[in-house]
Amino acid sequence: MFRIVRTDVLAPTVTRFEIEAPFIARKRKAGNFVMVRLDNQGERIPLTLADSNPASGTITLIVQAVGKTTKQLCAMKAGDSILDVVGPLGTPTPIAMHGTVVCVGGGVGTAELYPIARALKEAGNTVLSIVGARSHDLVILEPEMKAISDALYVTTDDGSYGKKGFVTDQLKDLLDTVPGIGAVFAIGPLPMMKAVSTLTRPYNVHTLVSLNTIMVDGTGMCGGCRVTINGAMKFACVDGPEFDGHSVDFDELMMRNRTYADLERVSDQKHACRLAGTTQESLR
Amino acid sequence: MTASNPLKPSERMKIPRQEPLEQDPQERSTNFLEVSFGFDMDRTLVEAQRCLDCKTPYCIDGCPVGIDIPGFIRLVLEKDYVGAVRKIREANYLPAICGRVCPQETQCEEVCVLAKKLTPVAIGKLERFVADYEMREKLFEAPVIKEHRDEKVAIVGSGPAGLTCAAELAQKGYRVTIFEALHATGGVLRYGIPEFRLPKEILDLETERIKALRVEIYTNFVIGRTATIDELFDEWGFSAIFLATGAGTPTFMGIPGENLSGVYSANEFLTRVNLMGAYRFPDTDTPIRIGKEVAVIGGGNTAMDAVRTAKRLGAEKAYLIYRRSRQEMPARQEEIHHAEQEGIQLLLLTNPTRIIGDAHNWVSAIECQRMELGEPDESGRRKPVPVKGSEFVLEVQTIVEAIGQKPNPIIQSTTPGLTTSKRGTVVTDEMQKTSRPGIFAGGDLARGGATVILAMRDGKQASVAIHTYLADKRAAQLPSHL
Repeated sequence: MFRIVRTDVLAPTVTRFEIEAPFIARKRKAGNFVMVRLDNQGERIPLTLADSNPASGTITLIVQAVGKTTKQLCAMKAGDSILDVVGPLGTPTPIAMHGTVVCVGGGVGTAELYPIARALKEAGNTVLSIVGARSHDLVILEPEMKAISDALYVTTDDGSYGKKGFVTDQLKDLLDTVPGIGAVFAIGPLPMMKAVSTLTRPYNVHTLVSLNTIMVDGTGMCGGCRVTINGAMKFACVDGPEFDGHSVDFDELMMRNRTYADLERVSDQKHACRLAGTTQESLR
Repeated sequence: MTASNPLKPSERMKIPRQEPLEQDPQERSTNFLEVSFGFDMDRTLVEAQRCLDCKTPYCIDGCPVGIDIPGFIRLVLEKDYVGAVRKIREANYLPAICGRVCPQETQCEEVCVLAKKLTPVAIGKLERFVADYEMREKLFEAPVIKEHRDEKVAIVGSGPAGLTCAAELAQKGYRVTIFEALHATGGVLRYGIPEFRLPKEILDLETERIKALRVEIYTNFVIGRTATIDELFDEWGFSAIFLATGAGTPTFMGIPGENLSGVYSANEFLTRVNLMGAYRFPDTDTPIRIGKEVAVIGGGNTAMDAVRTAKRLGAEKAYLIYRRSRQEMPARQEEIHHAEQEGIQLLLLTNPTRIIGDAHNWVSAIECQRMELGEPDESGRRKPVPVKGSEFVLEVQTIVEAIGQKPNPIIQSTTPGLTTSKRGTVVTDEMQKTSRPGIFAGGDLARGGATVILAMRDGKQASVAIHTYLADKRAAQLPSHL
């Protein structure tokens, strides 16, 4: 069992968890993830490690409540326990000195970007960060990102905060005006990462993206996470989750990720009913 | 005549081989309950009488772990079932599992003297009966550990090789810790073999028996990630390590269309069902998608498990596509027979050439070509050769590729000095020693894909080698004047 020691609501559907997992905390590197299973009926889902504290033996996860399992997790409180957490999994982000880098986070992807941006900063890079969200209330980790960035740009789709527009608009500005950008790191929804990769290609700037895929075990066993990189089959869980954005077949991955869309809704609705049912029972 | 069997050999040879009780094929193809109920006590006693108790018992040599088969059968005849299972456990700590999944027909039963002219003694079913009897009557007692030792041994992987090695070393008095990457123990016995062949309850009980030997088990612990092999030696203080991580990485055919939705590796398909309980979705959270028509590609036991699982999940038509003929199928005869009884259609001498998708990127069909057998290849089996112009299209919505697995690379890539083969297996000598002192390996990790019992054999062999290695190390550390 893995005890939750602290929770913070970062945005209406986004919660930060600090969880006791001393072995994982010792070994975590930027770009690693864990597989989480909440209870005996639970599915295994991948969640990126946002941070860890080896001294206190805790790891940090930032979770957006989108499906059955993430909603159930986001309803959990400090003191509750998660049945299974395993990791750190995946190949860590290669951290090198590129000179100037741009770190682009979309939505909850900013949580996955933060440890990478921080590691890049610690490696001596000039870090320019772009944080995008649909609206102001969904902007997360702004102070944290600001603290480790040489410059931070915020964009919102609806213009309710920062600059109105997409992260790609801001990125294009930077690519056009800032000389010597050595690499771009983009994490967010697949369409965003695809758009970033399409944008940077003509500039010939190395672009790293982090792929979220279907996964069962997270250790290279199921092959559910297979993606096409430069025409070759790779497993996101062990070969990734980060890949060269210019080599990723995004369209195929987006279609694959829809495989269980309808069944995920079934599971989600059943969960909602069960919660409602519990409430009614307790009222009796 | 012997003390335990009053019948003369000629009389014993007149008794027909007993048939196990089985669930009706029609009914069982819609549920996940165990197919075979094995023998009841009457059948067990009759079958045991068939054993000729040969002076030279070839069956023992036929058993990869060398169970004293005539010895346990004598105890069965004396109705000392618990004595019989204890006799088995001297050589094999997991009899309830072996009695179910071992390919006896190519091992002990194949070399049974009766097999030459008649039918062999049903050794596997007898093993299963005594193991189940002990379980049902709750008569298990953990063997007494006579001597305790200080050395700690780490076992990586809790599949058949790891569990066996752990049991053997714990009985020798070592402090044994198993590290398992998944959230539950058993390895392929858990994620690979379906409930209808090996109920999870049996596996759980056998695991409890390993724990009864004071073996410590860490689940959710990936060696190579959560801790490395070198950390196990340097920081955790282990004196020896047995690697038994199996062959868990799926291979794909490399034909067009494999990344369409609805194409599974056998590993993913079976893991969803067996480990995650997807057959009970939405009571469990892990979904699985099953079409009206399902094709499973491959001819081994994994392919059989997958296609029979597909049928149970509601496929109206479940095809097994295999490029060679029935004779070359690596699956157990019993499994092929059971599959056909359940309505599985075998498409033999057939090879897929591409997978066809619909507008939503879902599988809609598979294109195959007919094959014919040519000259023998390096495996000694006749090589399948395509028949020109024989392509045809089969409508299916789900495809499962069960064409073989290879070892997971995580440990090999994080352990300097560990020699691996081109196939990704860890290279060992006949004692299961790897290229690094103190590290041993066995099972599918070393073999690349074999059987449960051969993995157990390796686990047992490694336990002997580790025992010797540690004894030598102890001796070397003694002051030289002693």
